[in-house]
Amino acid sequence: MSSTPPATPAAPATGTARVKRGMAEQLKGGVIMDVVTPEQAKIAEDAGAVAVMALERVPADIRKDGGVARMSDPDMIESIIEAVSIPVMAKSRIGHFVEAQVLQSLGVDYIDESEVLTPADEANHSDKWSFTTPFVCGATNLGEALRRVAEGAAMIRSKGEAGTGNVVEAVRHLRQIKAEIGRLAACDQHELYAAAKELRAPYELVAETAALGRLPVVLFSAGGVATPADAALMRQLGAEGVFVGSGIFKSGDPARRAAAIVRATTFFDDPKAVADASRNLGEAMVGINCDTLPETERYANRGW
Amino acid sequence: MAATPLVGVLALQGDVPEHLKALTASGARATTVRRPEELARLDGLVLPGGESTTISKLAALFGLTGPLRARIAEGLPVYGTCAGMILLADKILDPRAGQETFGGIDMIVRRNAFGRQNESFEASVAVTGIEGPPVDGVFIRAPWVESTGAATEVLATYGGHPVAVRQGNALATSFHPELTGDHRLHGHFTELVRAAA
Repeated sequence: MSSTPPATPAAPATGTARVKRGMAEQLKGGVIMDVVTPEQAKIAEDAGAVAVMALERVPADIRKDGGVARMSDPDMIESIIEAVSIPVMAKSRIGHFVEAQVLQSLGVDYIDESEVLTPADEANHSDKWSFTTPFVCGATNLGEALRRVAEGAAMIRSKGEAGTGNVVEAVRHLRQIKAEIGRLAACDQHELYAAAKELRAPYELVAETAALGRLPVVLFSAGGVATPADAALMRQLGAEGVFVGSGIFKSGDPARRAAAIVRATTFFDDPKAVADASRNLGEAMVGINCDTLPETERYANRGW
Repeated sequence: MAATPLVGVLALQGDVPEHLKALTASGARATTVRRPEELARLDGLVLPGGESTTISKLAALFGLTGPLRARIAEGLPVYGTCAGMILLADKILDPRAGQETFGGIDMIVRRNAFGRQNESFEASVAVTGIEGPPVDGVFIRAPWVESTGAATEVLATYGGHPVAVRQGNALATSFHPELTGDHRLHGHFTELVRAAA
């Protein structure tokens, strides 16, 4: 090489909003898969997952087993971090900022402050600005999404109803968020203050969302995606990527289904590609009809 | 040649919309590319930020690795950021089993060299050939260049490691100008595409 590059001074800044939100931008168009062992994490990585979510039990099992669902064992999380080179996310309970501190200390790449675990605080979510590790949070509507962003969330996922294998709630929540953004974008300046009041979200974030015509952070979909067509549906509805929980490792052939969901997520607007991805996948997870689910067992109601 | 070159952004996964925006702002026509047959008409190509292992797996799965490698070897101007830099390296220091790159720049890169997400950072980086103040370098689980061949020019370093390089029509940065709204590097690349066409 010939040239001498210029010197580059200036101290580096970690944990900035741009670095946290930018990390989520890198995941766009991808599939994030729930895994409970290093072996599953490798299957997910080989299938083309863009990240894995390390947890103790997939939501379908949390539903079945009942009891209090908590952060996973640090040994398990570390063994998953060791096993793959893609980013590793892990879940903390809502408001359990010590679990979040532990996850940060383990070096996870993203923390999901998740309604799938049993909430630790029924009034407050964690202050996510105080962490270097970025957070993703669930939301069922725009106000909830913006309250999470106000608390420092760097990525939002529509909640859906985890562990059901039923996409209906994911569709409801994503449509709700998109529709509310659409209504905001049509507001004139005078109306934005009242809109902020109605959404119970900070005016600045409401105004920013109105101006952008989208959330200020990346929006994924989660909760009930079980098939390639489900994933493509969420993408066509405007999700920038999908989380798949129980749908993969509760199915008959996880490796095959995982790869198929990835393919359908990439080629979400090509029905022929989605059809090809949907062939011969074996048993899908059985699934639960959400309208028979008691209110107390709806995870989407958790979070405030 | 056409006054507005057509630049594709590989859209298997990653921060594709940000690159499309930066290219459009730089005076290029920008389009997404997901299939081998979409490569022929391009004047230039961007490999976006994303997860390099995922993108290389998807490229192999969808039959893109060979065609991409061939187009880049022919001299198609190409710019890779972060994951894109890894994909342009002739060699990865610590590849995942079966991880293949498209090549194009005679260099060895180290993946996630600056660390995991907790170590991700922003810092000013002065880049040779970019006029004005240093660019705001956004480094996210970023790679660095471990070593370069004789034909590879180092355009910027950070912490003693090359983070921006060029060989012929191939340009790569460890960081993400597409996330900053500063389009000077995309402008620089668009000029390179114009000159090559």
